This record gives sequence, structure tokens and C-alpha cells, in this order.
Amino acid sequence: MKILVPIKRVADANVKVRAKSDGTDVDLNNVKMAINPFCEIAVEEAVRLKEAGTATEIIAVSLGEKACQEQIRTALALGADRGILVETDVDLQPLGVAKALKAVIEKESPDLVILGKQSIDADNNQTGQMLGALTGLPQATFASELKIEDGKAVVTREIDGGLQTVSLSIPAVVTTDLRLNEPRYASLPNIMKAKKKPLETVTPEDLGVDVAPRLTTLKVEPPAERSAGVTVADVDELIDKLKNEAKVV
Amino acid sequence: MSILVIAEHDNSSLKSATLNAIAAGQAIGGDITVLVAGSDCNAAAEQAAKAAGVNKVLVADNAAYANMLAENVSLLTAELGKEYSHILAPATSNGKNIMPRVAALLDVAQISEIVSVESPDTFKRPIYAGNAIATVQSADAIKVITVRTTAFDAVAGEGGSASVETVDSAHDAGTSSFVGEELAKSDRPELTSAKVVISGGRGMQNGENFSLLEGIADKLGAAIGASRAAVDAGFVPNDMQVGQTGKIVAPDLYIAVGISGAIQHLAGMKDSKVIVAINKDEDAPIFQVADYGLVADLFEALPELDSKL
Repeated sequence: MKILVPIKRVADANVKVRAKSDGTDVDLNNVKMAINPFCEIAVEEAVRLKEAGTATEIIAVSLGEKACQEQIRTALALGADRGILVETDVDLQPLGVAKALKAVIEKESPDLVILGKQSIDADNNQTGQMLGALTGLPQATFASELKIEDGKAVVTREIDGGLQTVSLSIPAVVTTDLRLNEPRYASLPNIMKAKKKPLETVTPEDLGVDVAPRLTTLKVEPPAERSAGVTVADVDELIDKLKNEAKVV
Repeated sequence: MSILVIAEHDNSSLKSATLNAIAAGQAIGGDITVLVAGSDCNAAAEQAAKAAGVNKVLVADNAAYANMLAENVSLLTAELGKEYSHILAPATSNGKNIMPRVAALLDVAQISEIVSVESPDTFKRPIYAGNAIATVQSADAIKVITVRTTAFDAVAGEGGSASVETVDSAHDAGTSSFVGEELAKSDRPELTSAKVVISGGRGMQNGENFSLLEGIADKLGAAIGASRAAVDAGFVPNDMQVGQTGKIVAPDLYIAVGISGAIQHLAGMKDSKVIVAINKDEDAPIFQVADYGLVADLFEALPELDSKL
């Protein structure tokens, strides 16, 4: 079984990103970049399937500027076998990304595509589903458990009311939720080995896909600030405030 | 403009999130049609017809739509949706599962979790866990949108009298099947529509201690939530998670107990009207967003709060 793991380079999850004062975008100057946490879970799941003997090859693919190579190297250090960078300076949006991934799938014919359910920058939660639609493949989003049984992907999904299990024919698209696994740290020897693993670079033009953005960002602004609250001395004061000041109980 | 709203329902009843999405449709302006796709879903369709502001209800009653499998429902929605200028769904797990697929089938962008309508093609939506709000404009002929339900006041669930039409279209992609589900059973209000929410975090120490929240929740008619840390630690199930990637809530009163206030948790609750934080660490970031902060040991404060309310 061959697994394709698309990954995204994003601002590190611990950084509090702010809007620029001119309202054009967020300020990412000197911000530490990392692999999107949900994508890291996707890599880990693929590696576990390989360790279990289910998967034979893991391909990590990323899209964007040249620096995305760093995140592909991270995936290679975690256990992916080779990488593909679809290099472009275009403002990538989920539909364009899904089209490029479809082209990669046509070339690589993976049995499973595992990707993060959303990136923590744009918070779109779209790419996996769009990829499913464009390729006609079934999808299991928000996965908390993935099993390969009798040639099917049996996936438990985190849904609003609890958990749902679906069975998908293979090839299939799976997007990861937080509880699917806990990703490992890359060891130093593996980071060194990752530098020697193959990493191919292509462009959207090579793939013959149109990745032009469909949405224009007119403005990026900070959210409404909450005014500073007060510290109450004890439970009695808290109840008094809630009853008589806020009038919510 | 003509707007198609995808109903959130369980076949026997319409979920209130649908009423929030209809409200977003009204903010865009135009005729509003609600699609109820399901199996044996006439009861849900009849409720949708009574919702304020709805002109027409389409019912697609077919076994293929029974569990809202994205492969099937997206084919149906894309087929019907070609006739509309906007296709809306609440940003529930169903909406998020289905709508990007619909957009890709129509070769248009999808706009996630809008919090306001600026004009029929321009919307505001949170990015970076709500640390910034982006105003985005779509150049596509059809706008496919998920709606953050807490940002739009629900339309009335009664009083409307929309016509109900049956849609015969049956799409079964045949690539996925429903195996089963484990749904949490609770007599409490739903987290996303409750007027009061009380949530526990890592400070609760274990799942049993969440019972300390129950008496208070009963007295306040509150839903019980949790931080990601509490869910990751296995204290409580995933459907209780409030945060960037869990449920987004904006009740009149939100009580955070033993929750430090990580960015991704704040993203899920900071639009609440009144926020109370109870935490023994006075430096916890949760106090920066709280209207009322109580620095105390939750194991002493909760029983006291329970007895005095």
C-alpha cells in the first residue's frame, strides 16, 4: 500500500499571530514556521501503517514557496520515504491545492491519502474534501481511528454528537483529527538520514493545473477586544456579580 | 439572489443550527430554499417549512442520504445547487464534511465559517484561531459557504409556511458506507445552542471530577464542555470539546473551570457574553478574557458555588 501525505507549512502553533497595522494581512515577519499539527498527525499515522506492515511507501507532498522543503524534510525525518514539492509563489487556496494534489495522485496512484483536517492558519477545513470530490474518491474526515480491513478503510470519525464509523473503498481520502495519534519526535539520526532522501520539485504548470486564487482578501483586522474584567474575592462576590451586575443567573 | 440552505437534521427533527444558517441567508437577501436530504425525513422537512423566512423546502428522501454520507449528499447538493447564487450550511461536522465537496464539484471556492455578511459576495471570517478577522470577496458565480452559527441569531422556528417539494434525484456513489455511531446521550442543552456553558479543563484532574460541574449545570440549565487538554487526557469524550477545532460556543454565560486558556480554547468561547474563570493559577491566560475571575482551588469553589446558587 502506497500512502500520500500532503502537508502544509504554517506559523508555529504556539505563536500568537496578529493582523498587520495596515490591515493587509497577518504579520508573519520573523515568525517561527512549522509543519501544521494536523499534518504531523497524518504523517505519524502513515508511518504507523508502514511499521505495521500495511503500507510500503509514504510520499510527503507540500505546496508553496521553496521553504516548504523544510517541512517536507521534517516529514522525511518522521518516516516518510520521499518528498514532492509543488513550488509556487501564488497565494494558494484549497481548491487550487486540491487540483494540484489530484494531478499528483494521477501520477503516483496512492491507495490512501491522509491529510490534516484543517490548517491552523487559514482554518478552512476544505482540502481533503475537495480532493475527494475532484478525484471521485470517498472520504472520512475528522478521523480518530483508522483501520485497514479486508481491502477497506474503516474509519471512526469525531462528529458533533459523538463518534461515527464509516467504511470506505480504497483508494480513499482520510483527514485527521487530534485524537488519531500522538506524533513522535524526529530523532537526530533520522533527521540526518532525511537529508539524503529524494525530494522532487515540480511546478503547477508541470502538473497542468490552475492554482489561481478565487477569493480576494480585502482586509485583515484584529478581532474585537474584550474589555478587562475584574477579580472577585470569593464565591459570594462572584454570585453577587453574576446576579446583580451581569444579570445572567 | 437565490439561496439554498442545507438543513442539519436527524431525519425526525430539524436542528437549530439550520435556523442560524437561514439567518445568514436573510443577511445576504433573496429567496431561501431549504434542502432536507435524508431518509424518512418528512418530519424534519415539515419543521423546516415552518421556519421563518423560508420560501420553499426541497425533500430528498432516499436511503443513500440516511447518514449524510458526504459522497452522496454532495452530488445531490451540487446538482440542485447549480440553480442558486448561494449555497449555505451551518458549520457543523456535517456542513464541514459536505460543503467543500460541493464547492469542488461546482469548481468554485468554499468560504468557511463566515461570521458576517458584508455584501452578497463579501464576507468576514476568522483566521488564525480567531486572532484575526479576514474580509474575503468571492469572484465565483456560486458562493458555497459554511456559517458560524453563533454569529447569526436564529430565525424563528415557527410561523413560516413554505411549500414542500419532493426531489427524486438519487445519488449513491457506492464508495462509502455507514457502519455505526456512538452518540452521547444527555438531557442537557446542546453545547452550541445552550444559554449557559460550564467547561472543565486539565485542572479537573480526572473524568469523575466532572461530576462537580453537574450540580451547577443543573441549576443553571447549562451544557457541559471541556478543553482540549481534558479531552486529550481522556477525562471526557470528544463531543464536549470547545475550541478552534472543536465546538464554537457563544452563550450568555461561560464558566471556565480549571482551564488555562490556550489560544485554541479561547477561539471557541471568547465571543461569549459573560465569561467567568475559576483557576488557582492567577497568571492563567484565561483571566485575560474573563469578565469575572476567581483565583481559587476549584475543589473548594465548585461545591460552594453549587450550594449557594
